[in-house]
Amino acid sequence: MKLSEIRDLLDARVIVGEDKLDIEITTAFGADLMSDVLSFARSGCLLITGLSNPQAVRTAYALDIAAILVCRGKSLTSKFIETASELGIPILWTKFIMFESCGRLYQEGLTGCIRKTDGIEEKTLVR
Amino acid sequence: MESRKKPLSDEDFIKSLEGVYHIQGRDFVDAGIVSSEVKKSLQGKGIPESIIRRVAVITFEAEINIISYAQQGTIQLFIEPDAVIIEANDIGPGIADIDLALQEGYSTADDSIRELGFGAGMGLNNIKKFSDVFELTSDVGQGTHLKSIVKLSG
Amino acid sequence: MNLETLAEALGLKCKCCWEKLKTTEVKGGYAGDLLSDVMANSNAGDIWVTRQVHQNIVAVASLKGHAGIVIVQGASPDKDTLDRAGREGIPIMVTDMSKFEVVGKIYQLLSEA
Repeated sequence: MKLSEIRDLLDARVIVGEDKLDIEITTAFGADLMSDVLSFARSGCLLITGLSNPQAVRTAYALDIAAILVCRGKSLTSKFIETASELGIPILWTKFIMFESCGRLYQEGLTGCIRKTDGIEEKTLVR
Repeated sequence: MESRKKPLSDEDFIKSLEGVYHIQGRDFVDAGIVSSEVKKSLQGKGIPESIIRRVAVITFEAEINIISYAQQGTIQLFIEPDAVIIEANDIGPGIADIDLALQEGYSTADDSIRELGFGAGMGLNNIKKFSDVFELTSDVGQGTHLKSIVKLSG
Repeated sequence: MNLETLAEALGLKCKCCWEKLKTTEVKGGYAGDLLSDVMANSNAGDIWVTRQVHQNIVAVASLKGHAGIVIVQGASPDKDTLDRAGREGIPIMVTDMSKFEVVGKIYQLLSEA
């Protein structure tokens, strides 16, 4: 699904990345806990979150996440927008809650991304 | 990794040191910036993207820990022929019970940390999960030392 | 839709208060991990989907009158959380699915119902 289609489905506003609306997205991850994202999200996914602080953008950048959808009409700070512009992460903004956003996108064919079994095993703990 | 068993000579240390990042405790505004800087500095060096992502995640969590709990700290990044090494050292209260701290869900975070989306008791586990070698030691009342090795072949 | 039908359809594992599933009606859903957000914006009768495992989730669900809590991604609730849920009569279910996927499925079920 193109980012522009996600925008249309959720009556979203494009805050950053008008020039990137053609990117294709097939997976999504919904979370407000950044450690959850850092642990389980995959590169190329759409991050659906109620957080709108620079840390959400930096989390997306760390993992090569394709775009962020800020849900439930959460207010945006200029620091958040600046960080997203600087790091080149597209930002969509919707008034729908996370439940509705995930539900609609799932129905339109986006799938979840989970990386539980990607070969990163328990490693040595030395103290 | 035989070479890691003895300390590096000064010359080797300087050769493999890619960057040193200073972090001020309780300074949440720019939290995560070291991770972004580390990621940028690893790009264009022929290191696989998946390895860079792991290093960025480890750095992010280590950085958040220093900001959340310590007075100040540093993160050092080393690039060796076969691995990327992240060392995080801080001056702070330390960790009294490392086993407990590594228990998923255990956290002493306050609301300012939770508001950022951190502090759910997952950070150290994430660092461990994404490291090939994970070492965590602490002197209570003095500070915490973390070393994480991500092998390039991994 | 009652909670038992929903839990069975999605293969959720019930960790607490299974006896309430049959009589609990799910009116809607809420997804989120920030307790302040869930407190402010969720509704009574919602099934709450979260990655949090801390016992405070029970307090929030109880205050808001949620139908139940679904904990995602194979995370397991603390013993304190389950004890408290038992006392307050809040069904807790767990799944290996991610939040996105389980919300997608619940959304579909609720919109078909």
